[in-house]
Amino acid sequence: MKAAISSVTTLALALSLATANAASAEELHVYNWSDYIAEDTVANFEQQTGIKVVYDVYDSNEVAEAKLLAGRSGYDLVFPTARPFADRHIKAGLYQKLDKSALTNYDNLDKVILNSLTDIDPENQYLVPYMWGTTGIGINVDKVKEILGDDMPLDTWRLVFDPEIVSKLSACGVSLMDDSTEVLTAARAYLGKPVDDFSTEAINEAADVVNNVRQYVRYFHSSQYINDLANGDTCVAHGYSGDVLQARDRADEAGNGVNVAYVVPSEGAVVWTDVMVIPADAPNPAAAHKFINYLLDPAVIAPITNYVAYANANAAATELVDEEIRNDAGIYPPKETQEKLVVLKTPSERQIRVMNRAWTRIKTGQ
Amino acid sequence: MKGLPLSPTRGRGLIIGVPWFWLGLFFLLPFLFVLKISLSEPVLAQPPYLDLIREVEDGLVSISLNFGNYLLLWEDPLYRSALFGSLKISAISTLFCLLLGYPMAYAIARAPSHWRLPLLMLIILPFWTSFLIRVYAWIGILKGNGLLNNFLIWSGLIDQPLEILHTPLAVYIGIVYSYLPFVVLPLYATLVRLDLTLLEAAADLGCRPWKQFLTITLPLSLPGVIAGGMLVFIPVVGEFVIPDLLGGPDTLMIGKLMWTEFFSNKDWPLASSLAAVLLVVLIIPFVALRHFEQREETI
Repeated sequence: MKAAISSVTTLALALSLATANAASAEELHVYNWSDYIAEDTVANFEQQTGIKVVYDVYDSNEVAEAKLLAGRSGYDLVFPTARPFADRHIKAGLYQKLDKSALTNYDNLDKVILNSLTDIDPENQYLVPYMWGTTGIGINVDKVKEILGDDMPLDTWRLVFDPEIVSKLSACGVSLMDDSTEVLTAARAYLGKPVDDFSTEAINEAADVVNNVRQYVRYFHSSQYINDLANGDTCVAHGYSGDVLQARDRADEAGNGVNVAYVVPSEGAVVWTDVMVIPADAPNPAAAHKFINYLLDPAVIAPITNYVAYANANAAATELVDEEIRNDAGIYPPKETQEKLVVLKTPSERQIRVMNRAWTRIKTGQ
Repeated sequence: MKGLPLSPTRGRGLIIGVPWFWLGLFFLLPFLFVLKISLSEPVLAQPPYLDLIREVEDGLVSISLNFGNYLLLWEDPLYRSALFGSLKISAISTLFCLLLGYPMAYAIARAPSHWRLPLLMLIILPFWTSFLIRVYAWIGILKGNGLLNNFLIWSGLIDQPLEILHTPLAVYIGIVYSYLPFVVLPLYATLVRLDLTLLEAAADLGCRPWKQFLTITLPLSLPGVIAGGMLVFIPVVGEFVIPDLLGGPDTLMIGKLMWTEFFSNKDWPLASSLAAVLLVVLIIPFVALRHFEQREETI
C-alpha cells in the first residue's frame, strides 16, 4: 500500500514537473519554405537560446498566404516572397512592425537589397530580406541534348513554351510551377513582351502560350521537380534557382550519373527576394526577433547559403560563403545575366482575379 | 446506485437527441458557416471575405448577399465539367471497387471460420499506415523509373517505361486501392450473415450455382453493396489527395478545383459556394435512396 502511494506521488510529481517545464520552455513557431535552411540551424539556435522551435514548411506563397489570411495562424515568423505577396500583405495589415533595437545584427544586411524593398516597405519597417534568387529552368542536360541535338541553345524559354520543342521533350518530362504569377510572367518573357503588363489582354496572350503546351506538361508543381530532376524522372523543369541547384547536388551525391543544370533564359527572368516577417497576431514576437537576429549573423547565414544554394541578403556574409558557391553563376549571377533579370510589380486586385481565372482554366484544361 | 427516474419517453428523447445534437454541431453549424461565406465577396484582408452584416451607422445595419458566386458556377462551364469529371471518376472507381471487393468479401465469408479473422486483419492492416504515406508509395511504384516499370523492363515485357503516374489511370489505381476496404467490410458483414440453408434448398431443387448466386446471394447482399458503394462514391467525389499526388493536369476533379479557388485564388466565397453545391448534389441521391427504402418497408 505504501509503495502504491509513493508511486502515485512520484507520478504526480513527475507530471507537475513536466507541466512546469512545458510552461517555462519558450516556443517559437516558424513557417518557412521547404529546403530553405541548413540542417543544423534550428538545433543550434535552440541550444543557444533555450527556445523551442516548432518548424513548419510550405512550398508555395499561396499556401502561406492562405494561412495568414485565415488569421490566428499561430506562427511567429514567416518567409514570403516580397513581390507581390509581402507587398499586399503589408497593405492588408497582416504584419507587425519590427523592433530594430532587438536586431543588433541588422547592419550586416546589403544596403542595395534593403533599398530595393523601400518602394513596397518604406523605411524597411516590416520586411527583413533573407535570400534572393531567380526563377529559370532546370535541365537534365544529357537527356535534353540527346533529344534536341547539340546545336539547340538551352538558355531559352522555348524549352517549356515552344510547342514544337516541348512536344519532343514531353515523354521525358516537362513541368511548370504551380504559380500563376511566375508562369504567366515567364510566358510574357518568352513572347518578348513586357513582363509587368497585367492588362487582361496581356494575361490572355500569356495564357494562350501556356495552353498551347499544356498537353505536353506532365504536372504543375512548385517543389516536386527537385526530386524528379535529381532522380532523372523529369527532363525540364521551370523552377527556382536554388531548388534546381539542390537537385543537381543531390544527383551528384547519389552518383546516379544525372547531370542537372540551371539556366537563366536569355529572354529574361524574374529575380525575387524572400523576406522574414512577423505576423500581426504572432504569439511570441520577442522570440521571432531573436531568431531573425540569429539569422542576420554572418556566421549563421553563410552556411545556410552553402546548403540551400541561394544567395543571402547579408553583405557581411559573402566572404564566408564557400568559394565554389560564390562563383556559381546560378547563385550569384554575373553582370550580363543580372541585366536580363526583372523585378515583378504587384498586380491590382482586379488584375489578380483575371490572372487567377486564366490560371484555373490552364490548370484544369478548360 | 439509484436509477435515474426517467420516464420511457424522456429517455428515448434523450437518446435520439444525442445524434441530432451531434449532427447539428458538427454538420449543420459548419455548413451554415460555409453557406454564409459563399454569399460574401472576396477581399484582401483577414479573413479574406466581407462580412455579410455591416454596421453602416450607429444601430443601422446593412445586410448584403452576393449570389454572384452561384451565378458564376452556373455560367462557367469549368465548374460543371469538374463536377461531372468527379462524378464520373467516382462512379467508375466505385464500380471497380465493387467488382474487386465482392469476390474478396465472398471468399472471406465462405472461408473456414478460423481463417476469417486473419483474412479480415489483412484487409484492415493497411489502415495502420498513414493514408498519405500509402498514396505516396504509389508514386514510387508507378513513376517512370519506379518499381513497376523497372520490373517490366527487367522481365523484357516492355522496353520503354510506361507513363502511368500523372495520368487518370494512376488516379483510378490510387482510389481503388485506398477505398477497397470500405467495400469489403460491409459486404463481408452481409455475406457472412447470409442463411446458407437457402442455398441448400435451391440446390436441392436443382438450381445451378451461378443461378443460385444471381437469384439468392446477390439480392440478399444488396444492402452491403449499397452501403459499400456509398462509402466509396461519396468521399471520392470530393477526393483531393489522390488526384493531387497521382493525377496530372488532365485530372479535373472538384476537390482540386476547390483547393485552387481556396489557396491559389484566395477566393473563399467561390470555394464555399462550390462546397455548398457539392453537398446538395451528394445529398439528393442519398435522400432519394432513403425515400425508396422507406417506401419498400411500408409495402
